[in-house]
Amino acid sequence: MSPILKKKGEKFTLPGKYLLFILTLLCTGLIVITFNTNFLSAPISAVGGSVIVPLQEGISKAGSWLSTRSEELVQIRSLLQENEELKAQVDELTMENIRLQQDRYELTNLRELYELDAQYDEYHKIGARIIARDSGNWFHSFVINKGSEDGLQIDMNVMAGSGLVGRIVDVGPNWAKVMSIIDDNSNTSGMVLSTSENLVVCGDLELYADGVISFEKLIDSADRVVEGDKIVTSNISDKYLPGILIGYISTINMDSNNLTKSGLIIPAVDFEHLEEVLIITQLKQTVDN
Amino acid sequence: MKRFIVSVLLIIICFLLQTTVFKGIAPGGIVPNLMIVLTASFGFMRGERTGLIIGFFCGFLADIFFGNVLGLNAMIYMYIGYANGKFNRIFFPEDIKLPLALILVSDLVYGFSYYVTLFLLRGRFHIRYYFLHVILPEVVYTILITLLLYPLVLWINKKLEESEERSARKFV
Repeated sequence: MSPILKKKGEKFTLPGKYLLFILTLLCTGLIVITFNTNFLSAPISAVGGSVIVPLQEGISKAGSWLSTRSEELVQIRSLLQENEELKAQVDELTMENIRLQQDRYELTNLRELYELDAQYDEYHKIGARIIARDSGNWFHSFVINKGSEDGLQIDMNVMAGSGLVGRIVDVGPNWAKVMSIIDDNSNTSGMVLSTSENLVVCGDLELYADGVISFEKLIDSADRVVEGDKIVTSNISDKYLPGILIGYISTINMDSNNLTKSGLIIPAVDFEHLEEVLIITQLKQTVDN
Repeated sequence: MKRFIVSVLLIIICFLLQTTVFKGIAPGGIVPNLMIVLTASFGFMRGERTGLIIGFFCGFLADIFFGNVLGLNAMIYMYIGYANGKFNRIFFPEDIKLPLALILVSDLVYGFSYYVTLFLLRGRFHIRYYFLHVILPEVVYTILITLLLYPLVLWINKKLEESEERSARKFV
């Protein structure tokens, strides 16, 4: 910090507008590169993961402590006590226990729900905890505390309880970003379980508040699909494994083209209160692999 | 050097708070935008250069974890920081009206540019809905948080400037 050095430093300082110009070019370049390819994400996510993720994990715990406090204001005391007992219980359990428990819960649930239990059982799943959510208010993606070191890969399906949450879109060494199916830019190929008609499930920001997601492009000329029907992931999706529960139809409307139908789905997962998720470590088979 | 470390710490703390604690207690599912507060206040407190650098790193951090493409948030934040730097000349630490107005406008600009780039271009035209349900609540919460966060940032900046002056005097 000698005055001579400082003067020298000031001499070489780049004026703001040139720096702005250079960084704008850099950003534009990065946008173009990451929009078209994927090769930059690995080194950058490694750097981000090593610094930010451990901190996020810690603060997340503080965050859930605070959120419990804020719920206290709204909820009845008895309900809260029960809630806290359950939370304390959850904290005591290790990751392994959570996974096993949810597996068992899922198994019994699904045995009652449909005959898909055999299919679900075959998938190997690992549990993970949500440690951070989208920094803005536009999308519903979140970060979990497992990454490529735990065997996760891009496009692996993420579930919670008995329903589909989304899929992994970005992986770092110890973290992964999950895009949920209610995200505004998410489109999932689904299927009505009872009639095997295909449809497209689309997330929509305008429906977040109502707790529903929309579907469209349902071709049902025989009017066999009714409200309350189960929607599962379809066989023809190239990202999602078949037969995972998405939700239940709540309304159906005929489109103005008189050919297809659209409407709303109540998702099987409570996206507001997600804390732990399960990742299926099996990828959907596609033509090139 | 001290300034560099403090800035990095501030950015990381704001990012962590925004993605964890505030998401946990978010009323109505909307979080305040702490990083806009940081970017804008460094912009008008320290000038356009600092504003754009702080903005770039805030945005880049958001991009690494939550961006669909790398660099979009970085660019928006950077321009906001730079534009706020233009007001450095009429900024006085005692006056809180100008910072509040600047942060409010910055958050509005951020909301609109994000809407245009990621929603309008995909054919989502209900701007009224997005404005009333996302942009406006975020601006309101951000302004409320600003009333707490801004004095802190101001105080940190004052301390840093004092210590820089002291060390500069020492070597004269």
